[in-house]
This record gives sequence, C-alpha cells and structure tokens, in this order.
Amino acid sequence: MPQSPRSDDYPLRRREVVKLLTGTRDDLLVIAGLGSTAWDITSAGDRDLNFPLWGAMGGAIAMGLGLALAQPDRRVLVITGDGETLMGMGSFATVALQAPQNLSICTFDNERYGETGMQSTHTAADTDLAGIARASGIQTVGLVQNQTDLDAALPDILDAPGPVYHVIKVRAEKLDFVLPPKDGVHLKNRFRHALLGDAGIS
Amino acid sequence: MEWWTQIFDAFKQADIRQVVYVPDAGHASLIESCIKDKNMRAIALTTEEEGIAVLSGAWLGGERGVLLMQSSGVGNCINMLSLASTCRFPLAMFVTMRGQWHEFNPWQTAMGQTLDDHLKLAGAQTLTAQTPDDVGPMAAATLAQAFTGDGMSALLLHQRLMPVKTFE
Repeated sequence: MPQSPRSDDYPLRRREVVKLLTGTRDDLLVIAGLGSTAWDITSAGDRDLNFPLWGAMGGAIAMGLGLALAQPDRRVLVITGDGETLMGMGSFATVALQAPQNLSICTFDNERYGETGMQSTHTAADTDLAGIARASGIQTVGLVQNQTDLDAALPDILDAPGPVYHVIKVRAEKLDFVLPPKDGVHLKNRFRHALLGDAGIS
Repeated sequence: MEWWTQIFDAFKQADIRQVVYVPDAGHASLIESCIKDKNMRAIALTTEEEGIAVLSGAWLGGERGVLLMQSSGVGNCINMLSLASTCRFPLAMFVTMRGQWHEFNPWQTAMGQTLDDHLKLAGAQTLTAQTPDDVGPMAAATLAQAFTGDGMSALLLHQRLMPVKTFE
C-alpha cells in the first residue's frame, strides 16, 4: 500500500480545530489519546480537567466512557487520533451499549501514525471510522472535512445528546511538541482535585 | 451460601458502582446480581483491556469499579495495565481460573498456568482463593488493596471452585 498523499492537503489544521473544541468551555472533561492529540489539547491550554494519555494506546474512548458514566451531569470529550482509535474499535460497541448522553468522541484523522514517522494508517485507504462507529451502534456520527462542516458540527460535538462521534479529517503535518505533564499520578490527582475537590485526593 | 455471593457483598460494602466484565460461566451469577443492582452499572466489554481504561475513567470521575474476567482475559490486558500502574489508579480484578484443575481444553493452560506471574510482573498483588471459605475475606482484601492502598490487586478464583466444564 503506497503512502497516500491526500491528507497533506486537507484544509483543517488540528491545532486550530482543538481551540474551537476545548477553548470555549471551561467545564468540559477532556481525555486525549496518546501522541499528537495529547499535544494538541495542551497547545490549546493545559487545564486541570484535561487528561492527556502518554501511553495505554487504544484506551482513550473506553476511559471517556467510564468518566462519562461517573459524571453524568458533565460533558466528556474524548479527542484522539486515527491510529489510537483503530487500536480500540471494540470500544464503539461498548459505548453504544451504555449510550451515555454526555459523551462526545472526536477522532482527529490525519491518516498517519504521527509519532512513529508519519506512516499511513488504515484510514489512508478505505477504512471508514465513521462507518465503523455507526455500524457499532453509535447513533449520532459525523464526518468533518472542512471549516463549513466543522462549524455545522460544533453544536453537536459540544452539546448534542450522546454518544456522539465525529471523524475530523485534519492535515498531515509535523508540528512543535507542546507537552503536558507526564507524571501520571500528578495528572490524575490534579484532575480529581479540580473535579471533586479535596475529597478527590484524600 | 454460594461463594460468589461473598464477592457481591464485598462489592456492596466497598461501594462499587461500575462492574466491567467479559461474560464468563464462573462469574455468571455474580454478573447477573450486579446487572440487577440499582446502584451498580454493569458494563459488558468487547475485550478485557477496555475495562482497565473504563475503570480509570470512572476513578477520575469519583466512582469505584471492578473488572471481572476469565484467566485468558488477563493476557489481553498487559499493556493497558501500565495505565493503572503509571497513574496509580486503583484496580481490583476478579479472575475465574481455567487451565488449572480438571481442564479439558489445553488452549486454556497457557494463561491459566502463567497469569499469576504476568500480573505480578505488571505490578499487581495477587491472592488465590482455593476454597469457598477463602472467598469473602480475600475479596475484601483485594478491594482494600486497590482502594485504600491505591494499588492493583487481583483475586484469582481457583478452578476447583467452578463446576467442571466438559463437552459431554
């Protein structure tokens, strides 16, 4: 399979997209998959209510599910990459079965494994993550390919009854690392303290 | 009293809210009880490693959960256990054993004979319940190691506790 050049020219830029997602709502609980999306959410402002993963590939969506079920009154947003999504596709079925109203998932799909040398992922060929999510039972699914699509999808991403899933096609580009803290215990404790108060770290 | 009821009672005592599982014959009655309980959310997984991530998210949100699986499922979990160990997420696992006692399926032996070592290498403490009398105290201890010790702990439920499975 030759490397597809098409995502080099996609119009949406991931660092601009993430600002629109996490920059508008201080109350969002945000989980980011390892690699580029963890750097993306940090580039929009390191927040205590961000949980950027540095490992555990394939776990971001499932982690968002557990959080959404534990906090039904808060909007939970999972932002992850296409490679990370591919590694945990069963999670779409698990999410669909529980159907949390407050869970929104976005895959920033640049059709590449960004951390390992920009090799093509399966989505560079015919694999359709939106179709997989829909067929797994997620009712509200969208494909976002340009700014017009994104403007139309934002209300659903941020507020539509979940579970909601969007594939956001983004340009394949090498960007500066914007690294969050990498101490997992610190990330956990700061999140729980911000969400649950002193009881969260006792 | 059936041994599994002691695990259910320990879950209630520990205020367990999310029960993540891959269906298993040995856990069937326990899972049924968790599904019926109004204060628990029973969450069927497609693979056991999902459960570790779900429970980590639950803990971030202030809820306690447990992972129920069969011994073969431990093999699916190895990398995801690093999420719990690196972030010190409490993780309580209840494992019904195969490949250990009158096993008719040799394909179960690989995980059944090695998972205790795998779990220890991944950073989990393990206890093995050999008899019904072990189950209640060991279930409580497993939950305590996870939730008051901020650790990873597993209770291995010996195949002697299960009905012998055959294809007869």
